Amino acid sequence: MKLKTADGGWNPYLAGAMTGVLMILSVVVAGKYFEASTTMVRAAAMIEQKVAPEHVAKAEYYQKEKPIFDWQWLFVAGVFVGGLITSVAFGDFKLESVPPIWKERFGRRILPRAAVAFLGGFIALFGARLAGGCPSGHGLTGGLQLSVSGYVALICFFVGGLIVANLVYRKGARHG
Amino acid sequence: MDKLQIYGLVTGILFGVLLQRARVLRFEKQIGALLLRDMTIVKFMFSAILVGMVGIYALHDLGVVKLSIKPLILGGNIGGGLLFGFGWALLGFCPGTAGGAIGEGRWHALWGLAGMIAGAALYAELYPFMKRTVLTWGDYGKITIPQALGVSHWLVIPAFILAGLGLFWFLEKMKV
Repeated sequence: MKLKTADGGWNPYLAGAMTGVLMILSVVVAGKYFEASTTMVRAAAMIEQKVAPEHVAKAEYYQKEKPIFDWQWLFVAGVFVGGLITSVAFGDFKLESVPPIWKERFGRRILPRAAVAFLGGFIALFGARLAGGCPSGHGLTGGLQLSVSGYVALICFFVGGLIVANLVYRKGARHG
Repeated sequence: MDKLQIYGLVTGILFGVLLQRARVLRFEKQIGALLLRDMTIVKFMFSAILVGMVGIYALHDLGVVKLSIKPLILGGNIGGGLLFGFGWALLGFCPGTAGGAIGEGRWHALWGLAGMIAGAALYAELYPFMKRTVLTWGDYGKITIPQALGVSHWLVIPAFILAGLGLFWFLEKMKV
């Protein structure tokens, strides 16, 4: 088995296995399983607090997921820091305004990409909260605990994703 | 920062390093998996799940760690899961990877991040309604696959490892 892939990335099995060890350590040391999507709820509440603090104080969901910098908030912020440090250190940091697959299919204009990406993020997070988790919370964390909900959600993530990705990107990604 | 926040930040940074090095942060890899052309993220994810599964269940049986299972609610898991998939395919990032992608310089992920926070805000408004409706449809509680089958998890785990290795073998054979 090769340690590097054709595009210079680390072997995904090895990096994945190391992530497995990291998840175990996180549960042992901090008592925390990997999850990410609740942080978006806390971030939304933090922004709303600036304009309508009494609304946030009354909203049931924001009382359940309070606007605080908890373990998960710092974890999500840490992924940004890790991505930045590593891409700079290994020389593959690149400012990119539009993803190449998108550019090939729909052109280089920023506004259409921004609109679709915003809509995508909007639907994805709404769905993740309704499902009770994202690929981290349901996929990794639910999957490793053999949770039924984790596998039901993970299958639905991929089914939904397969349908829309093939409708939207199939033509443009021929060389991607 | 308290101890838990430091653990979160450090764990996130290490996760970001592994995601970046394995190219899992990339839009091309996420969409590539949904077009069944580049299964890097699937290899990464299932390697992490299998390693995590063995470690967490072994430590659980030794009384070192606690499980944290999300409830199986078919309405939420399936409805929300499909919605997540639709949005994920449009955006090309998930809640855990969008921040890391911005760290790599792929600043177009910012649109998706803004969309996610807006989607979280809408979900918070609709949560009382969802709790009365969708989140009551098909509620089976916190259940794992071994519990559902009524067998020891040490029967299910080897089966998952074999299935995972079979999947990896198939993906390598198909060169995706």
